[in-house]
Amino acid sequence: MLGIILAILILPLAVAIAAFLAPARVASGITIASGIACFGLVLALIPHATAGAATYRSYLRADALSCVFLLATAFLYVAVAVYAAGYLKGRTDRYARRFYLGFNVFAWAMLAAPLMSSLALLWIAVEVTTVVSALLVAIEDTDGAAEASWKYVLIASAGLGLALLATIFVYYAGAQVLGAHSNLAIQPLISVGSRLPKTPVRLAFLLAVLGYGTKVGLVPVHTWLPDAHSEAPTPVSALLSGALLATSFYAILRFYQVAAATLGSGFPRGTLLVFGIASLLLASLYVFGQRDVKRLLAYSSVEHMGILAIGVSFGAPVALAGVLLHVMAHAAAKGNAFMGAGVFTVKYGTKQMSAMRDGLRLLPWSGPLFLLSIFALSALPPSGIFRSEFEIVAGGLGNGDYAAAAVLVVLVTMAFIGLATSTTKVLLTPAPAERGPAEKIPVEIAAIGTDAVSGVRGNGGGYGSGGAVAMAAPVRASGMLTPGEPSAWMVVPVLAGLTVLVVLGVHPPGELTNLITQAAAQLRGAP
Amino acid sequence: MNPAPGVYQGAADVIAALMLLLEFGMLRQALVRDQVRLYATQSALISVLAIVIAADRNLPDLYALAALSAALKVFAVPLVLRRLLGPPAVEETRGVAGSYTLSPASAVLASIVLAAFGFFCFGSLGIHSAQAPALALSIAGAMVFVAFVLMIVRRDVASQAIGFFSLENAISLASLVLAAELPLLLETAFLFDLLLAVVVFGMLIRAHHARAESLSTADLTRLRG
Repeated sequence: MLGIILAILILPLAVAIAAFLAPARVASGITIASGIACFGLVLALIPHATAGAATYRSYLRADALSCVFLLATAFLYVAVAVYAAGYLKGRTDRYARRFYLGFNVFAWAMLAAPLMSSLALLWIAVEVTTVVSALLVAIEDTDGAAEASWKYVLIASAGLGLALLATIFVYYAGAQVLGAHSNLAIQPLISVGSRLPKTPVRLAFLLAVLGYGTKVGLVPVHTWLPDAHSEAPTPVSALLSGALLATSFYAILRFYQVAAATLGSGFPRGTLLVFGIASLLLASLYVFGQRDVKRLLAYSSVEHMGILAIGVSFGAPVALAGVLLHVMAHAAAKGNAFMGAGVFTVKYGTKQMSAMRDGLRLLPWSGPLFLLSIFALSALPPSGIFRSEFEIVAGGLGNGDYAAAAVLVVLVTMAFIGLATSTTKVLLTPAPAERGPAEKIPVEIAAIGTDAVSGVRGNGGGYGSGGAVAMAAPVRASGMLTPGEPSAWMVVPVLAGLTVLVVLGVHPPGELTNLITQAAAQLRGAP
Repeated sequence: MNPAPGVYQGAADVIAALMLLLEFGMLRQALVRDQVRLYATQSALISVLAIVIAADRNLPDLYALAALSAALKVFAVPLVLRRLLGPPAVEETRGVAGSYTLSPASAVLASIVLAAFGFFCFGSLGIHSAQAPALALSIAGAMVFVAFVLMIVRRDVASQAIGFFSLENAISLASLVLAAELPLLLETAFLFDLLLAVVVFGMLIRAHHARAESLSTADLTRLRG
């Protein structure tokens, strides 16, 4: 088991270095291979983790809870690596090498975080995700990317400063019982939870929710999120939304375990309920009226993080199982939605939805897949998100939290309406040119809005010779958009994601159900 | 009558108070170059406190930590920031001199109110022991709030970065007071992480300057809603 853990910790780093030194094609290939290998390693880790947590020298630990988050991240790592092979077509070698270096280090940090057995090491891993992803957000070298990356690094780093303060308070509390040389290992802290002093632990939990909540995107500390998600290259947006937010939420769950062991579950659950409702409410309102497709999906991420927080606040076993299933289903669904949106931005040369029309016809594969992905993200059956949200609501009702469960259902429905309205307009509304006798759409509609093109491709991205919208050139050679996909590489991972969502919704494998059940039990105090 | 504080506790309280004063100084300074100087002094005080604690409690690890911290925060970070700012005469042309969103007086008043709030909040927690002087911890709480004010009221990337680094100093103070025995490996990892953050802040500041020909954040208003 230690070998598997070490392989997960070494492989992406080694590939990052190799990718930086290799030509773009090789970098892409070894990144995909690394993604597949890491996903396989995580699958191999699951039976060991469910048989009993493995700890190595109080620095590394793999248990059921960490495996849930590893699985979500590893799946997205491989899916987005495949997608990036198509997305980066036409970019310069220099851009691709920098991208793959950052991409692999980012994936490594997100895979490392759940494997850390100490709250201090967990903080360090999450901080590494921030610095690496901030550079990836800035890689497009546009005005928007520069603004988004600065806001992101400043706000997220300040938030993580508070999370570090939380870690220090937990150390102080732990040192009163475990001795001064305690190294913040999570399991010993939970074991002696009932003897820890309450005030520092209460303060630590509040600071952790506020600090790590900044990275999760919980309202009111979410302000960096829509900017960074919309301005990052699409593969990075998919990883940010599907994996990074979940990894940061994992850190909150570890503090939740310590706080629940010390204070009882009332205080941590109440705190999460407040942040969860605020996040869900704001996101459900903000999805209406968004004009940028990636910004729309970013607010949907805030919504889903709110759902996770509310689910944990219910505290019932079925709700906690729903939360953990939601982590995996959201990774697949949001990854899919961003990857689908990325195909649209490449095809139309803009992120503005007002300039995207007739998507179902112009993108014969990606159009329907994007529609299905949005429906899956909005919890329509048989998606895994439907199953997870159903379990969360059932847990809330079973626990007697009728008002919160009702608010959750109403706000999720609002968000669904907002998402569905915006995306169906893009997919089903005929383009202006089609209302007349013309068959094709003038390219000019893709340039609606002052920043329509520059918002998608920056001048530092380094297209070889094609300028800002070179990627879309093959499908608009005649000056009109014609039906066709930018790249098959950008379709395959979306198909895989939808398959996963259906499997999670209809009949999750027995091993996975067992893993989720054990992880939910851990959140209720089991070792 | 309360007994007189020991050498360690007295030193910790005095150093913490000086650090808070320097934090207010950073808030008040119009020129970033002066802010950098104050930040370096504040960081030097952190190293001095680490040495005092190491001597008082016989924690040799802390000497190494003090040296590492000084190398990074007293020398490396200020050096990087000065290089980014360019010669003194150039600073004013880069949109960083006196880039307040509030007047300096209002900013200081607001931070006094918030610092008092932080001081009494942390003080009322009752977290203290022979190893954890309550006054120094309360001052660390006050410093956290002033650092946030510094990040918010200045409209240039250099001052905002200094705000973040001084927030990190406030947390280092809390860490020395509450967790001086934290294993050296973890403390070193925290410092390494700060180094990473400094590098990334530096890269983004440089990129922003290359793009906008200014360090001002006044034009970073494109992304809304």
